[in-house]
Amino acid sequence: MTAPSVPAPDLATRRAPGLGGMNVTVLGIEIRRLMRNRRTVIISTVFPVVFFLIFGLNKSYALLRDGRGNVAAFVMISMALYGGVLATTYAGAMVSIERAAGWSRQLRLTPFSSVAYITVKMLTALVLGLCSVVAVFAAGLITHKASMPGYLWIVSGLSVWIGSLVFAAFGLFMGYLLPTENVMQILGLGLAALSFLGGLFTPLNQLPHVVQTIAEFTPLYGLNQLVHAPVLGGSIHLAWVANAVIWLAIFAGGAAWRMRRDTGRV
Amino acid sequence: MAMIMTNVGSGKEPRASSGAQPLAIELMGVHKSFGSVEAVKGIDLNVAPGEIVAFLGPNGAGKTSTIDVILGLSQPTSGEVSVYGLQPRQAINRGLISAVMQTGGLLKDLTVEETAKYTASLFSHSVPVAEVLKRAGIAGIADRKVGKCSGGEQQRLRFAMALLSDPELLILDEPTTGMDVEGRRSFWASIRQDAELGRTVLFATHYLEEADEYADRIILLRHGKIVADGTAAEVKSLAAGRTVRATLPGADEATLRGIPGVDSVEVRGDSVVVHSGDSDAVARYLLTSTPARDLEIVARALEDAFIALTSDEPGSNDNVTGGSR
Repeated sequence: MTAPSVPAPDLATRRAPGLGGMNVTVLGIEIRRLMRNRRTVIISTVFPVVFFLIFGLNKSYALLRDGRGNVAAFVMISMALYGGVLATTYAGAMVSIERAAGWSRQLRLTPFSSVAYITVKMLTALVLGLCSVVAVFAAGLITHKASMPGYLWIVSGLSVWIGSLVFAAFGLFMGYLLPTENVMQILGLGLAALSFLGGLFTPLNQLPHVVQTIAEFTPLYGLNQLVHAPVLGGSIHLAWVANAVIWLAIFAGGAAWRMRRDTGRV
Repeated sequence: MAMIMTNVGSGKEPRASSGAQPLAIELMGVHKSFGSVEAVKGIDLNVAPGEIVAFLGPNGAGKTSTIDVILGLSQPTSGEVSVYGLQPRQAINRGLISAVMQTGGLLKDLTVEETAKYTASLFSHSVPVAEVLKRAGIAGIADRKVGKCSGGEQQRLRFAMALLSDPELLILDEPTTGMDVEGRRSFWASIRQDAELGRTVLFATHYLEEADEYADRIILLRHGKIVADGTAAEVKSLAAGRTVRATLPGADEATLRGIPGVDSVEVRGDSVVVHSGDSDAVARYLLTSTPARDLEIVARALEDAFIALTSDEPGSNDNVTGGSR
């Protein structure tokens, strides 16, 4: 042995990290990074607030009773959902930038597991989603038009926020599927179309019958019905839950599928 | 085809069989295909802990494909890979392997320090971020956004990231591509300094002088195979000789190979090309014992040896034979 200077590596003391490498440092940096992206933050908070101010406060219907609240409250919930899905989709789709930069590949040289990475991305997306929901609800409070029992503000806000997680998965899937250059533009238009079909912008019963039938199978339909159920006070249809759950499975499955194939160099 | 297969370079004994310590890298019959393209065509390689090894070869020789297999970024089509006796993925999870890639792998909107902290937090064992930034020479720009860093600074950051887990094996894939001469020199000085602590280093390069200057052992790759493996001095000795060319119908290859100092013999129709460390002996033999004529003797440069061993010209060097030791 001519190289006694090389110490034996202490292989026994080397361990893989718990939770696939997930930790609060990474979560904190990811959240800060997302919040630094002014364009994304502005689009996902200002847009839904402006839409609420335009559509939610119209004097001709804003104060009409609607279930346990009024129309302004109903529109506020719709716009919070729109903002929530915009925020979580955009946050999720940021993986497309990370892939293009070779960061995803870099992370594959660390113990960070795919599941831990996706979890961090989802949690980060939820933080931005919460900002959107809070911004729209704050606009609702300040303008004094939206009215519903106090507990419904909490229940509706939480359902919108948690529901928006479906679209964090959607954003991740799209981030893996679409090219980086125009992913945000495509998603902006796509979400506007899905929001329309989901009944977030206009009541679906004002649309032609064919469109209504198609709309019931689109990904925002079930979520939109579910988040309004508390304020409307009706029963919850199984079809709504099925719609949301099936789309969540499709988006999460699609993201996982694309991620596994995503081993190429940049 | 006979290859120049020396032992594990730099005089160190292979330690696989000793049982005391696993090899840093062990590849056995590794093949890697992409569709119908075979990028790696059967590589066997043992790297002992503490060695500094250069993968030298032109683009498309299979350097990157082999590195990807060692890093667990791709699965070999067939063959076995182990790093410190573990599967590549297990070795990565334990922070035993790190890699510095030539491009990419950084987020422009994070600062230098955030990037390092992010990376360090993923390992169960890491060196303090401040210390690593200092060692990589980027402590002064810790708050700078990665997007505002120069190419050289970004490369230093990649190097720092690779050091955070205090890896046993550091893999560098063409790490100085796009750096100027000064940047390249100081980068290698850091690597060299680091390797003195006992880290195993494997780097891919197509710069001959980089391999020559910084590696204990050079592995020449061509068309997905190892065509030469030895210390820098040994590989250099391939180029130290001269090429003797002559017209000799019906040349006896075996006899020519038997002349002391001969590395390679090539017969092309009526002409014969012999590369040898002792060209005089070859010339003497050809002129006195055979009807050879039109004899010429040409010196071969180091660069030529590299080109000859790794060029794409089919059949030009498939009969480089043993004898470098």
